Amino acid sequence: MATSTTAPDADRREPRSGSPARRPARRPRGPRRSLLPYLLLAPAVVLELAIHVIPMVVGVWMSLLELTQFHIRDWSTAPFVGWENYRATLDLNSAAGKELLHSFWVTLVYSVLSVGFAWLLGISAAVVLQRPFRGRAILRALFLTPYALPVYAAVITWSFLLQRDTGLVNHVLVDQLGLLNERPFWLIGDNSFWSLLVVSVWRNWPFAFLCLMAGLQNVPGEMYEAAAIDGAGFWRRLRSVTLPMLRPVNLVLLLVLFLWTFNDFNTPFVLFGGSAPEQADLISIHIYRSSFKTWDFGSGSAMSVALLLFLLIVSAAYLLITNRRRDDHA
Amino acid sequence: MSRRHLGIFTAAVLAAASLTACGGSGDDSADAPKTLTYWASNQGASLEADKTILQPELDKFEKQTGIKVTVEVVPWSDLLNRLLAAATSGKGPDVVNIGNTWSASLQATGALVEFDDAALQAVGGKDRIVPAALAAAGAPGKPPAAVPLYSMAYSLYYNKKSFADAGITAPPTTWEQLAEYGKKLSTGGKWGLAIEGANPSENAHHAFTFSQQYGGEWFDSAGKPTFDTPQNVSAIKRYIDFMAADKITNPSNAEYAQNQSVSDFANGKAAMLLWQSAGSNLKTQNMPADAYGVAPVPFLASPPAGGKKVNSMVAGINMAVFKHTKNKDGALSFVKFMTSDEEQTILNKTYGSLPAVKTAGSDPAFSATEQKNIQETLVNTAAPLPQVPEESTFETLVGTAMKELFADAASGKPVTEASVKAKLTDAQQKMR
Repeated sequence: MATSTTAPDADRREPRSGSPARRPARRPRGPRRSLLPYLLLAPAVVLELAIHVIPMVVGVWMSLLELTQFHIRDWSTAPFVGWENYRATLDLNSAAGKELLHSFWVTLVYSVLSVGFAWLLGISAAVVLQRPFRGRAILRALFLTPYALPVYAAVITWSFLLQRDTGLVNHVLVDQLGLLNERPFWLIGDNSFWSLLVVSVWRNWPFAFLCLMAGLQNVPGEMYEAAAIDGAGFWRRLRSVTLPMLRPVNLVLLLVLFLWTFNDFNTPFVLFGGSAPEQADLISIHIYRSSFKTWDFGSGSAMSVALLLFLLIVSAAYLLITNRRRDDHA
Repeated sequence: MSRRHLGIFTAAVLAAASLTACGGSGDDSADAPKTLTYWASNQGASLEADKTILQPELDKFEKQTGIKVTVEVVPWSDLLNRLLAAATSGKGPDVVNIGNTWSASLQATGALVEFDDAALQAVGGKDRIVPAALAAAGAPGKPPAAVPLYSMAYSLYYNKKSFADAGITAPPTTWEQLAEYGKKLSTGGKWGLAIEGANPSENAHHAFTFSQQYGGEWFDSAGKPTFDTPQNVSAIKRYIDFMAADKITNPSNAEYAQNQSVSDFANGKAAMLLWQSAGSNLKTQNMPADAYGVAPVPFLASPPAGGKKVNSMVAGINMAVFKHTKNKDGALSFVKFMTSDEEQTILNKTYGSLPAVKTAGSDPAFSATEQKNIQETLVNTAAPLPQVPEESTFETLVGTAMKELFADAASGKPVTEASVKAKLTDAQQKMR
């Protein structure tokens, strides 16, 4: 692949015989000429600096300070403590470190399961709705509803549904269907993790559905026809035509969903409030609590930086592996 | 590209750069000295109800001084974060309500106007203010960071009919009695005591009172946390045991964080409630005042050595002024207005709290059983929560640890001295 691209590039660099003499006259040399590209780039650079780079640098700097309520008003005066915040929050022998590790595992399992289930539901629905049938448009709209609802309204409704005594879920499970003798807790204790997962999948799968449905529109019908002529059944067509053709969509979809879910703050915050049960204590809530509830912004920043590094590594590894596979296939 | 085009691009770049730099600034002209912004805490049944209660008073202030006050009622769950954001950014309201337990924490940010003698004089003088309330308005040894507005204390509310039906003639005066009565009252889908188990602040308040009765402290004299002392472990275990061991509290209370325990009491689902100034809330939930009795919060029958006769924190709401205000004189005159005898009477009567100034207690509304009980508690048996900068952190960490212990109790996991101590040790290690 590499050799195939260098040849035409090299060709392009060859001076062409037609116009070399006139070119210098049309493109003036000097400072103005060299300034123009930078000027054109400047708005993007300024915005990129303001939106991403400067806040990130500030975040890293904050993680090196002892930033508590004493200095939050003028954080530049906070004492410099170097790696102390990292040491305190990442030291797995300390209570804070153990809690962070616990949150990390909870978040990792939560993200993998949530993305997995959301993808499965999304692909199932997209495949089912690929063929035209009566009521398809209504079903599509219905499936996308969770995605269209405001997060707060949707998740607070879930929190009402999941209340132990007055929630609809227990009313149906215990009173109407008689499946359980006792009313379980859904918002505290061990079940809280599964409640969070259900709400997260419910919120995420329409996005997967939307992307995969769009991806399926690009699969040429002839491929299915050819597969059908070759005698391929539903599963074989799914495995050999649909999934390979959806590969580019899936690559982006899975990465984006994973990053969103790993960083998800809204769902646990609205469902449980600022202090989530330890079984569902996602890392985003954990950082929020350290920063804004216990007013230790230095530690909060240190954890954020560590989280950012982790997600960068995951993303880079993911892209590297998927790109390598694509190269192998090419 | 021509010179003209270059000029256009340069202008565009400069415009983009200035867009990122100018957000939020330059409101000098809009902030005329004749206006104030006020964040009020949620005291009544709803945010709207508070606005309706406060607006006529603000209109009165405008009529007197020509200063228009724009009020926003902020729910408790958001208030501390909003205050912190305002303190950090130097942008936000001029005057705010703060929970008095946060006084020292917020004072440490340096964003609040400190009420030295001159400032106190400007709002009516130090001597008018109830001393216990003033003691809970800032760090010891420093001028108060706020002025007390509403005073409150915890009381024991009990359902008279439930008590009569169970053959109980008087409210409990000890925790042992409360547990014993609670067992009699926990029948037929009803429960003895309602608890707000998932509310860290509420938990932390009880942690303080119980700890005092067991002879414990949450901070030593140097301000260092002492969370996992044997006294504190016993104190927390005693409180959690109402659900875990005595089983006089509905396990569902472990997920209560939105005042559902007050509703359970008002609806007769629970016979007892420990709360601050619950009267006005119960009234809005259609519980008539003669349906419940109000008594002091119980004590231990035989307190251990060092145990203190404390049965409530000095609870209350304070009024603070941000240093970033462009109208400090106006802000102080607003504080003076809100703490005047007339306003203290009107507002505290409406909210069922007590005036924070000595001179406004003569209204008959403040001699009702509930108010008298609060007053006696405040004078005799209440103590302020530790006024240390880490107070808000203590509320979060210990309150959350208790929430987890309630979750264990509700789901049938054992709550032992060891499990309580482990949670408190973890909480203490997270204090830095």
